[in-house]
Amino acid sequence: MSERTVVVASSHGLHARPAALFTQTAAKSGVAVTIKKGDRTVDASSILGVISLGIDHDDEVLLTAEGEGAEEALDALEALLQTDHDA
Amino acid sequence: MTTLTGIGVGRGVAVGPVRRMADPLPEPPTTSSTLGPDAEKERVTHALAATAEDILARAGKAGGKAGEVLEAQAMMVDDPTLRTDIDTRIDKGATAERAVYDAFAVFIEMLKGLGEYMQGRVSDLEDLSQRSIAKLLGVAPPAVPDSDEPFVLVARDLAPADTALLDITRVLAIITAEGSKSTHTAILAGEKGIPAVVGMPDAAGIADGATVIVDAGTGQVEVDPSADAVAAAEKRIAERATRAQTSGPGALADGTAVPLLANLGSAKGVEAAVEAGAEGVGLFRTEFLFLDSTSAPTVEAQKAAYSAVLAGFPGKKVVVRALDAGADKPLAFLNDAEEENPALGLRGIRSLRASEPILRDQLTALAQAQNENEADVWVMAPMIATVDETRYFTGLAKELGLKTAGVMIEVPAAALLADRILAVTDFASIGTNDLTQYTMAADRMLGSVASFQDPWHPAVLKLVGEIGTAGTALSKPVGVCGEAAADPKLAVVLVGLGVTTLSMSAPAIADVRDELARWTLAGARDAAQKALAAEDAAGARAAVDALDPA
Repeated sequence: MSERTVVVASSHGLHARPAALFTQTAAKSGVAVTIKKGDRTVDASSILGVISLGIDHDDEVLLTAEGEGAEEALDALEALLQTDHDA
Repeated sequence: MTTLTGIGVGRGVAVGPVRRMADPLPEPPTTSSTLGPDAEKERVTHALAATAEDILARAGKAGGKAGEVLEAQAMMVDDPTLRTDIDTRIDKGATAERAVYDAFAVFIEMLKGLGEYMQGRVSDLEDLSQRSIAKLLGVAPPAVPDSDEPFVLVARDLAPADTALLDITRVLAIITAEGSKSTHTAILAGEKGIPAVVGMPDAAGIADGATVIVDAGTGQVEVDPSADAVAAAEKRIAERATRAQTSGPGALADGTAVPLLANLGSAKGVEAAVEAGAEGVGLFRTEFLFLDSTSAPTVEAQKAAYSAVLAGFPGKKVVVRALDAGADKPLAFLNDAEEENPALGLRGIRSLRASEPILRDQLTALAQAQNENEADVWVMAPMIATVDETRYFTGLAKELGLKTAGVMIEVPAAALLADRILAVTDFASIGTNDLTQYTMAADRMLGSVASFQDPWHPAVLKLVGEIGTAGTALSKPVGVCGEAAADPKLAVVLVGLGVTTLSMSAPAIADVRDELARWTLAGARDAAQKALAAEDAAGARAAVDALDPA
C-alpha cells in the first residue's frame, strides 16, 4: 500500500473545477485511490465525495493507493494538488 | 378576464403568452418498490445517463468557464459513490425515485454542514437531484422554459442560477409568486428594463399558455384579457416606446434641476446609459473587477477598466464606489472569516480599512484614470457608519489625488449623524436597499421577511430626510443610488426630502424623468411630508398616490 501526505495548493481549495480535475485524474489512473481529510476517507474518483470533504487551501490530505500503478497514480495526483489551479 | 395584483417593478407594460417554470417536484414517496431491484437499477442507469447527457449538451453550448462548470455537474450525476449509495437503497426495497432523492440528500446535507460558502454546490446538487428524478418520472424538470417565441415568465421565484440560463431577449415580462422589490428577480428585471410583478401568490394559478397583460406600474396582471384590453395595452406599449426616446436633463415642473444618473456595473452598460439620456453615472460599482479573481487586480489593470467607463462620459459626473465586498459578495482576499451575520460584519469600508493596501491601489488607479479622462470623477466609500470612517476615507482619497470624495449612507447611524458626516466630506449618496434592510432589521436576501424591505416605509424616509436636511444646510450634494430612485413616485418624495440627484438603472430613467416633470418643488415637499406622516409603507404610497401634482 502506498501513501502520500499532501498540502493542497489550490487557493480555492478543492471545491468545483479543481475537484473535477482531481477526480478525473484519479478515475483515469485505473487504480483504487482514496483521499482522507481529518477522519473521513472517500473514493478519490468520486467528485461528490471529494467536494464533501470541504478541502481548503493549505489543508493536509492523505492519499492512499494499492496495487500495480499505485506509485504513478499518486505521483500524478500529488502534482495536481500541489498546483494552484486558480492562479 | 381575471385581474390579479402583486408588487410592480418598473412601469412597463407587456402582453404575451405565459410560460411557467415548473414548481419543484414533490418529495418521492417512501413506499416500497413493486418492480424489484434489478428493474429499478436499470431505470436509474437510464435516467442518470440521460441527465448527464442533457447537461453535457448544455456544456457544449455554453463553452468556456460556464461549460467547465456544467461538465463538473455531469460528473456529479455520474459519481460512483452516489451510484453505490443509490443501489444500496434500492437493494433495501426503495423505488428508484426515492433512492436518488435520498442519495443526493446525503451529500446536500453534508455540504450544508460545511457552511455558507458551499451554498453554490448545494443549489447545484438540488438541481441535479430534481433533474434526475424528473427523468425517472418522465416529466419536465423545474427549469427555465426554453421557447423560441417571446413569453411572459411565471415562476414561484427565480434563483440567480435560473436567470443566468435565461435568454432574456425572449422574456417580455416576469411574474413571481414570491419575492419583493429588492430580491434578485426584481433587480434583474429593473436592470434589463423588463416589466415585472413580484410577490403575487395568485401567480400559482395562471395556466401555461394563457395570455396575460402585465402592468408593472400598477402591479396588476390581467389573465385571458378581452381583445379590446389587448389592443389598449399594445397601444400603451407603442406609446411608451416612443416616449422613452425623448431625453433631456431631469427637472421639476418649476425648473428645479434634478440630474438623472445611471447605475453601472461595468463598461458594458455605458452605451445603454448614454442612450437613455443619463446625465452621468451616480453609482459605478467596481466589484466586477474583483469578484472573479483570487487576488486584487493590479493598479494598471484597474486604471484601464475605470478609463473604459470614464471615456463614455466626457465633461460629466461619474461617481465611483470603492470596492464593496462582504455580505452578499464575499471576497476571500479581503475577508475570509466565517461570519454569523455577514451583513453586520467586516464589510464595505470596514474591510477596506482592514486591507488598506487594496484600497490605496484602487484609489491610486482611479486618480490616474481621473487625470487621463475628461469625466468629473467622484469617489465614495461604501457602508460608512461613523464620522471617523468618513474622515479617514476622505483624507486618503484626497491624499492619493482624487478631487471629490464622499460617502455612501446605508447605515442608520450615519443617517442620524449626517450633519457631522457631511461636514467632513464632499457629498453623500444614499443606498436605499441597505438603509432599508438595516432600518427594518430585515435581511434583504431572506424571502420570509421580504415584506419589510420597502423603501417607502416612513422610518426609512425619515432617515433620508435627516440626510437631505443636512445636505441643504451645508450645501453638500445628496444623491440616491438605490432601487428607490427608480420608482417614479418615490423619486418625487426623495426630491421633496432634500435629495439633489437620482441614480438608477438606465431603463428606469425615462419614467422618472416624466414623473418629476409633473411636480413643483413645493409639491414634492408636500408629497414628502404626507409620506412621512403615514404609519407604514402602504400608507405612504397611498398618501402620495392621492395627491394631485402641480
